[in-house]
Amino acid sequence: MRIQIHHEIVQTFDPAAKGLIESLRLAPRSHEGQHVIDWRIDVEANCRLRRTEDAFGNFTDMFSLQGPIETLRIVAEGVIETFDCAGVVRNSIERFPPELFLRDTDLTAPDAALRALGATIKSDDKIERLHGLLLVVREAMQDNEDGESAASGLTAAQALAAGKGGTRDLAHVFVASARAMGAPARFVSGHYFDDGKAGAQCHSWAEAYVEKVGWIGFDPVHCICPHESHVRIACGLDWLDAGPVRAASLGAIAQTMAVIVRQSGFQHAASAQLQGQQ
Amino acid sequence: MVEQTFWDEMTGGGADVRTVYGRVNEWLKSTPPDVLAARRTQAELLFRRIGITFAVYGEKDAAERLIPFDIIPRVIGQSEWSLMEKGLIQRVKAINAFLCDIYGTREILRAGLIPPDLVFGNPHFRPEMAGKRAPHDVWVHIAGIDMVRTGEDEFYVLEDNARTPSGVSYMLENREVMMRLLPDLFSNHRIAPVENYTDLLLNCLRSVAPPRSAGEPVVALLTPGPYNSAYYEHSFLADRLGVELVEGHDLSVRDGVVYMRTTQGPRRVDVLYRRIDDDFIDPLAFRPDSVLGVPGLLDAYAAGNITLANAIGTGVADDKALYTYMPEIVKFYLGEEAILKNVPTWRCREADALKYVREHIGELVVKEVNGSGGYGMLVGPHASKAEIAEFEKKLVAQPDNYIAQPTLSLSTCPAFVENGVAPRHVDLRPFVLTGAEGSRVVPGGLTRVAMRAGSLVVNSSQGGGTKDTWVIEDA
Repeated sequence: MRIQIHHEIVQTFDPAAKGLIESLRLAPRSHEGQHVIDWRIDVEANCRLRRTEDAFGNFTDMFSLQGPIETLRIVAEGVIETFDCAGVVRNSIERFPPELFLRDTDLTAPDAALRALGATIKSDDKIERLHGLLLVVREAMQDNEDGESAASGLTAAQALAAGKGGTRDLAHVFVASARAMGAPARFVSGHYFDDGKAGAQCHSWAEAYVEKVGWIGFDPVHCICPHESHVRIACGLDWLDAGPVRAASLGAIAQTMAVIVRQSGFQHAASAQLQGQQ
Repeated sequence: MVEQTFWDEMTGGGADVRTVYGRVNEWLKSTPPDVLAARRTQAELLFRRIGITFAVYGEKDAAERLIPFDIIPRVIGQSEWSLMEKGLIQRVKAINAFLCDIYGTREILRAGLIPPDLVFGNPHFRPEMAGKRAPHDVWVHIAGIDMVRTGEDEFYVLEDNARTPSGVSYMLENREVMMRLLPDLFSNHRIAPVENYTDLLLNCLRSVAPPRSAGEPVVALLTPGPYNSAYYEHSFLADRLGVELVEGHDLSVRDGVVYMRTTQGPRRVDVLYRRIDDDFIDPLAFRPDSVLGVPGLLDAYAAGNITLANAIGTGVADDKALYTYMPEIVKFYLGEEAILKNVPTWRCREADALKYVREHIGELVVKEVNGSGGYGMLVGPHASKAEIAEFEKKLVAQPDNYIAQPTLSLSTCPAFVENGVAPRHVDLRPFVLTGAEGSRVVPGGLTRVAMRAGSLVVNSSQGGGTKDTWVIEDA
């Protein structure tokens, strides 16, 4: 499937930021399930985008700006061709052995409830167990209608306790409980093309590693393995590693000890359109 | 009591005084206790006036307090020191090689020498640093290696501190105070100087500036601020080094270059001696809620525009579980036997070791692998039954998280305490500086004393004191 994506992020700063530095993970890379035909990122300000690769192999674009900055528009757009690989991610950039993805992070630290999720699944087959987990997570968590959860920062344990969350929270819950089951798991950010809806949202899901097969995607929101509707952008241990934007406004930092990252808040709009079947 | 089983550095366990302590012994004999007491009071006054204080976490009413200072110096002979120095340099060289490797091609894991989960599961391993090279391949510029002595020729490394070891200001201040208090005793000895530490440190920091930085490298010291327990040391060192003491909000990163705010406008910084933990150093790369760090610092580092001393992610090398592999690490990278011995250690992650530890928990010291400063440890012989039971629960729940060591018979040194001169247990933290041209160690280091009789815990956060350490020419 050929998918054209226009991903726009509008940030507003109140009061105007004196300086700003951001790292963006908005650019996909090709692997067997997707081929990037054309992609560009535009920051509508006078700055230089420097592209590097982070430790997980994701493209990272950094820029810094001198203020005052009231609003800032960032656009990532392009065309991607996707293929259904039954969720298996092959020929992706891998910088670490799977063992690394057994690490806990602050956002994915397991508690008793997260460990219990996986413990209920009875199967000897690793893939079956992960599919079982997919169902269990979906049952335990309601999906917020607004896709990305507004209250970011929730840990997997908190989200599970709340019983609902955005795509990010569901992915975190899956990652944390898969790791508790002993399966290396990671967080993936990207886009999900939904034919029925007018505009799609940013999406998140998880990947778990199974020996002899490799990395397999699991999308707890739709309770499926990713297929040609999924466009994979970045992966990491949790949302902090793979999320689209990390920003620090330098103006706020100059006010001692009172930094709230993204305090001024930014609107987050994404739309994906079907360009045409292959 | 058990006192007799400890090796005393003055007497060597025998009736005679060891030669290096000869003059100190004479001085102790000829000086009446009230003069010693007066000297101690003067020392305390000096320290108060200098303002060298220390905060103990977890104590409400003592935001800042003085570390007890003992006026009787600890004496080490030059030949003893030379051997130790060689061992320290070797060890730090191996630690640097290990870090280059673990964040590079990971040969040591391929060789199967270390279980990979010790590295990949280690909270101090920073995936963000993988694939990055430290300028001049130096990761640990300042290392504090904690040593203990148990006999004439028996030195053990208790732990390595490869993150941001503190305490060097005490080493320097102790020497200054001693010179003022006891000038006669000084003129009696030929003592190796420690005052040049800050010069060596500055040279070391300048030498590791990014290769592409032009002109005299600009060095700054990054502190988390006055609420940090070691803030005194940060300001002291910045002052002695003659470099700016900066907090996170004084620095900014623009297009991958770090600038510091000055009265003349932004100034480019080449080397940051940072005393902020990895977690807080860059909110764009690590904890996003950090208000202490500099957003974009890791990016500037990756771009090769700044040197961080010590580099990010060095904590993986001073982990207590990894410590047990140090002899293998030295051999793997340097092809030599380790000069300094490790304390025999049981890795509780191994079932046999765990069984042994549980059976002998009353005799052992059990430590959390990632703990520091004497927190999260159990000293078996000194713990109550309830404390042991409590600790054992934690141990069984997470055996991977613990190691156990025998209670070492730490050597003692004479100390001047409430009821006169008495032996007290000591350890030693020498500071190893590594720059582009190799390593240097200032003779001696920080001697910490357990001021309570029989106590083996020397950590200043647990009420330990310090004393001046003299490396003197062999008689």
